[in-house]
Amino acid sequence: MTVADTIKIPGKRSFARGIHPSDKKSLCAGSPVEILPTPKSVLIPLSQHIGAPCAAIVKPRTEIAIGDVVGDSEAFVSAPVHASVGGTTSAATVTTLPNGQHVGAIPITVAEEQPLASQGLWDDIYGGNWPTDSIESLDPKQITQAVRTGGIVGMGGATFPTHVKFARNPDKPIDTLIINGCECEPYLTSDHRLMLEAPEPIIAGALLSARAAGAERIIVAIEDNKPDAIEKMQSAATGTGIDIVGVHTLYPMGGEKQLIVAVMAREVPTGGLPLDVGVVVVNVATAAAVARAVLRNKPLTHRIISVTGEGVATPKNILAPVGTSYADIIEHCGGLTDSADRVISGGPMMGFALGDLDVPVTKGTSGIVVLTEAQTRKSAETACVRCGRCVSACPLGLVPTRIALAARNKDWEMAKRYYITACVECGCCAYVCPAEIPLVQLIRAGKAGLPRD
Amino acid sequence: MTEEAKENQQVAPVLSVAPGPHITAARSMRRVMIDVLIALVPAAATGVYVFGWRAGMQMGVCVVSCMFFEALFQFLRKRPHTVGDLSAAVTGIILGLSIPWTAPWYVGFIGSAAAILIAKMLFGGLGSNIFNPAMTGRAFVQACFASEMTTYLLPGKIGPPRAVEIITQATPLAAGKFEHVAYNLQDLAFGCVNGSVGETGAIACAVGGLYLILRRSASWRIPLGMLVAAAIVAGINQTLTDTVLTVGHHLLAGGLVFGAFFIATDPATSPISNRGKWIFGIGTGALVMLIRLFANVPEGVMYAVLVMNMTVPLIDRWTVPKPLGGPVKKKT
Ligand code: SF4
Ligand code: SF4
Repeated sequence: MTVADTIKIPGKRSFARGIHPSDKKSLCAGSPVEILPTPKSVLIPLSQHIGAPCAAIVKPRTEIAIGDVVGDSEAFVSAPVHASVGGTTSAATVTTLPNGQHVGAIPITVAEEQPLASQGLWDDIYGGNWPTDSIESLDPKQITQAVRTGGIVGMGGATFPTHVKFARNPDKPIDTLIINGCECEPYLTSDHRLMLEAPEPIIAGALLSARAAGAERIIVAIEDNKPDAIEKMQSAATGTGIDIVGVHTLYPMGGEKQLIVAVMAREVPTGGLPLDVGVVVVNVATAAAVARAVLRNKPLTHRIISVTGEGVATPKNILAPVGTSYADIIEHCGGLTDSADRVISGGPMMGFALGDLDVPVTKGTSGIVVLTEAQTRKSAETACVRCGRCVSACPLGLVPTRIALAARNKDWEMAKRYYITACVECGCCAYVCPAEIPLVQLIRAGKAGLPRD
Repeated sequence: MTEEAKENQQVAPVLSVAPGPHITAARSMRRVMIDVLIALVPAAATGVYVFGWRAGMQMGVCVVSCMFFEALFQFLRKRPHTVGDLSAAVTGIILGLSIPWTAPWYVGFIGSAAAILIAKMLFGGLGSNIFNPAMTGRAFVQACFASEMTTYLLPGKIGPPRAVEIITQATPLAAGKFEHVAYNLQDLAFGCVNGSVGETGAIACAVGGLYLILRRSASWRIPLGMLVAAAIVAGINQTLTDTVLTVGHHLLAGGLVFGAFFIATDPATSPISNRGKWIFGIGTGALVMLIRLFANVPEGVMYAVLVMNMTVPLIDRWTVPKPLGGPVKKKT
């Protein structure tokens, strides 16, 4: 029993149902973060977040320095994008992100001389001191503004603009900030490494985020399969009043709705947001980016990416500039093995398969997982036998088989009766289905087809 | 990207693209059915021990015929073959276990035809069927061969090789109901009594059933609901009337335990939500007892299951679970 298990929290550190996939973290949990040598070129997508895409504000063939704004938007739910390297811009093109979104993008040819590289780059982003004593004197609005200016979005994969979460709403006061260090997707270890190697900026970012959102209590939740991270974070948090809490290793613990149940015993209403129950959830990498944006005035330009899986030659954790192509990163890790069959952006449960590796990583790319043919092979889909496994796996308490059936038949009345919109697309149902029915795909298609009313 | 990298990529294997999740739990339909077959071993073994080779013959005939009819149907309708998922084999064993050991071989053969062709394939195959195939098959042969299905004795009044003979004419439930003779509970538990091949050994059925539940291949809610409901009704009956059949007799005799674990739990023909499973289990248990007590037949598992099968779509409709976070708020 560690201290992390004795801290009093309202929740039971777990949630109902969910699944226990083999976590495969050992492939690269022990590899310290390597700094990717600056690539020859990057491609900065103008939309790397949920919300309005940015418009390009740089002209082609202009010199641009690291951290300069490349695109911005007037919209509230949006976040600017910045140059992640110094170099020369070219004419805007269009790229297809792994999630299928077509977005505008600005290519940058990287200059010979980079002011920040290797250790210097690390120190600038995560190293050095992160003073937390003056945070109380900062104006919350000022923090939120700096977060927006820094282009911070949720780095756990959801990429929701962070400043929107911090915007205060007098009707819905926030009492608790949860810093999400669960990293429940199998294989991924980028957040784990960050907690081990740079706990200070996470703690500083947590204090800043709480100040911005008005939360009194800060809880850092970490799955109990990462005892070393829990320990590191605990010593970094000493004296700050932040609670480090171990939660059960259960997929999808990192999902906001599940985490809020496990930590706070509160249920986010269907169709609602964490703020409806007085909670804001911020991923650990996002918190570190918040600290850098506010305390150092530097935007979000780099992120740690786990490059892992049985199909990659040398699994590594890489600090890479946003806009680097997947191909460059995989090459740095020794390339694909002969048995490699599927390259996934993100984790194997909710990530997207890539058909083309020449696409850029974004602020939300937490990992690149390469699986082998033996792992991805599926037998043919058979009929649902109503075995109920999907029902006992769904963390939202839905009946996935009925929703998928309704979606397949475009029976919208039935889809709504079974709460199709409550599905968070976590993939638990499809993971357990012995009939190999593509439940998530069907439900996703159903949500897209659902008539608005 | 460097030139070298480009070249590497050309020789690299072609990547597959598919929607997530990209990993799945390695548990196929076949594996689920193998679990059920394993779970049926104790009941089948008890049957063979008590009734001799005829018990094995009933199961063999039913398994082979069920698989044959499924393959035949799919061949004629040019549908993909699914015999390999072993669901037909499971139906066959359950049907074989639920007919009298004395029945001639063609009873099982015809029962299998009804089970597979009528109850399963005409409704669209595994998962789409409304009625439990094995019970439909049994009901069919019960209607066609009324005397063969209720005799339980070979010509010349020969009883089963290893069953206790208190009264040879009948099964324990019939003996209790029509002749007011009660069997010893221990014999009922171990299965040394006359009856259908698999339904006599309550302990053997329960052992297999627990295996199924531990493997999560069957719901525990349905058997529990069914047994408790049956026990309560039997208990009321025991206190209000002067029957020789106690709660123990009703639980251990006949097909109650077998039905609770292997027939009522058939996922295709039982409700999908947990609340629905409770309703279904309790309903089936109560119905079994009502048939046993008030109808003119000694046993009610088969009819109870078939009747409750019809209510499944309704139960499903009424018991849609509330999602985490409550139902979607109506926009006002
Ligand atoms: S897990 Fe698959 S086969 Fe089982 S009920 Fe759900 S959809 Fe049907
Ligand atoms: S993908 Fe949707 S339906 Fe399936 S388990 Fe997750 S929340 Fe439930």
